Amino acid sequence: MKRALQQTWVVFVRASRPWLRSPVSIVVGLFGPIVYLVLFGPVLDALYPVKGEAWQWFVPGMLLQLTLFGGAYAGFSITPEIRSGVMERMRVTPASRAGLLFGRVASDVVQLFVQGVILLGVAALFDFRADAGAVLAALVLVAGLGAALSSASYALAIKLKEENKFAPLLSMALVPLLLLSGVLLPMDKAPSWLRTLSEINPLAQVANALRAITSGQYGSQALVGTLVTIGLIVVLGAWGLRTMAREHH
Amino acid sequence: MLKVRGLTKTFRSRRNTVEAVRGVDIDVDDGELIGFLGPNGAGKSTSIRMLSTLLRPTAGEAVVGGCDLLADPMGVRRRIGYVGQGNGAGLNQRVGEELESHAGLYDIGRREARRRVGDLLDRYELGGMAGRKVSTLSGGQRRRLDIVMGVLHQPSLVFLDEPSAALDPQSRSNLWDHIRSLNREQGVTVFLTTHYLDEADALCERILVIDGGKIIDEGTPDGLKRKVAGDLVTIASTEPAAAAEVAARFPGAGDVAVDETTASFRLRGSHGDQAVPDLVRALDDVGVPVSSVRTERPTLDDVFLSLTGRTLRDDSGDQTKEETA
Repeated sequence: MKRALQQTWVVFVRASRPWLRSPVSIVVGLFGPIVYLVLFGPVLDALYPVKGEAWQWFVPGMLLQLTLFGGAYAGFSITPEIRSGVMERMRVTPASRAGLLFGRVASDVVQLFVQGVILLGVAALFDFRADAGAVLAALVLVAGLGAALSSASYALAIKLKEENKFAPLLSMALVPLLLLSGVLLPMDKAPSWLRTLSEINPLAQVANALRAITSGQYGSQALVGTLVTIGLIVVLGAWGLRTMAREHH
Repeated sequence: MLKVRGLTKTFRSRRNTVEAVRGVDIDVDDGELIGFLGPNGAGKSTSIRMLSTLLRPTAGEAVVGGCDLLADPMGVRRRIGYVGQGNGAGLNQRVGEELESHAGLYDIGRREARRRVGDLLDRYELGGMAGRKVSTLSGGQRRRLDIVMGVLHQPSLVFLDEPSAALDPQSRSNLWDHIRSLNREQGVTVFLTTHYLDEADALCERILVIDGGKIIDEGTPDGLKRKVAGDLVTIASTEPAAAAEVAARFPGAGDVAVDETTASFRLRGSHGDQAVPDLVRALDDVGVPVSSVRTERPTLDDVFLSLTGRTLRDDSGDQTKEETA
């Protein structure tokens, strides 16, 4: 266990160096959600009866979008390293397989956390308001979801090996997932079949939890979203670990 | 150092089954520099990938560096170095940091890692490169960096998979010098694969010839050549036909051929060079004029051709098989 943690740290430091050195990648990941915030948020705000209320509803959704895309595309950092021989070089060492995976995941999570802070900072320039404790709790939940998604992304990348198979799969899966999370417009206006689809989407539960937490309500919605996130971490983390530990040729 | 029995790998997919390695036995002593020679798809890489714990054998057993491959893969990983066909350093990493991270995966402490990295970068002519981004290195430098990664934890056995593939001739011979010195000066046992005859010839003390997943012959480069083909002896003379008659009676001679200015034959069982004095004397005895005698060692290409009926450059057959695997 101690060894696994040490090696998670080694892999974490290695995975973090490139983005710490050129923080451009942080901005790239933020671009999408910030564009929505700036170019779509004000429209939503105008539609809402009470001024400022739309931001409380909309910003947590953008946090989810950031996490969904950031986590799901994490695997793109490993495909070139599988192809070139970096992963092979690492897998032939006695390194703990958990360390090889979770070091990368941890680096992605820290990146997401930093991006989340920036996103919420920009949101505060509009009329989004939340107290510090709520912001921290929301970012922790986001980090958990990011860890789960990034593990799954590595598992997929290891299985598919090539970006040109990975990219179309993601672009097909992510937009429906995002729309069914109800982050652009409230799902309660949707026809019932769509609402049902949204309710069985675990990401919608997390989005609801984020909204509850940022408005200071730590009730059942927050609890359900947290449990869903923990469930995703366990299932997708185990999948990632299993894929990393298996022989790949 | 290495003892392998009945090593087998069968790749199964929905459509087809490929027997990439079919029952390979290998014994390697401490300090040897040994090579797997065979065409693409012969099972060379699959074999050493199994021996370095990257692939699980379908059957067979092996003791690698004193550890049982199946029962103690972690022990094997600690004792061996493996340099694959690709490049092991991440393109967006810096050389020194990448090496220190690599040392961390072997539980080498930071101070010790720094010391080793400094020493090895100097030894492998990468001094001053520690701060450079990996993507700025030349092909030869990256290959040497791969070897540094393979030996950073001071293994007693190192596997090199096609070490010089895709290198220019200069970088290649430079790399060969480093591999020789790793073996002779550092005392590391080296097991490499190659489909280049000149590489096997230049580096290896012993060669295992592999084709279709089986070892079909083994020996020293010279021994293999001698056993199979025999030296080619060419006599230049103004009377080639008379020279050919003498050559045909010479002990061990075969495949005698004559053209306008020369007579040539294959000499089995002994070194062509050592036969030259006797040959010249025999020619002189019957008054055949000789202007020169040239002897050529058979190449490993000749060896491979006579063992398999194909040259190493024939890319037919097995290659497509392994690619689908």
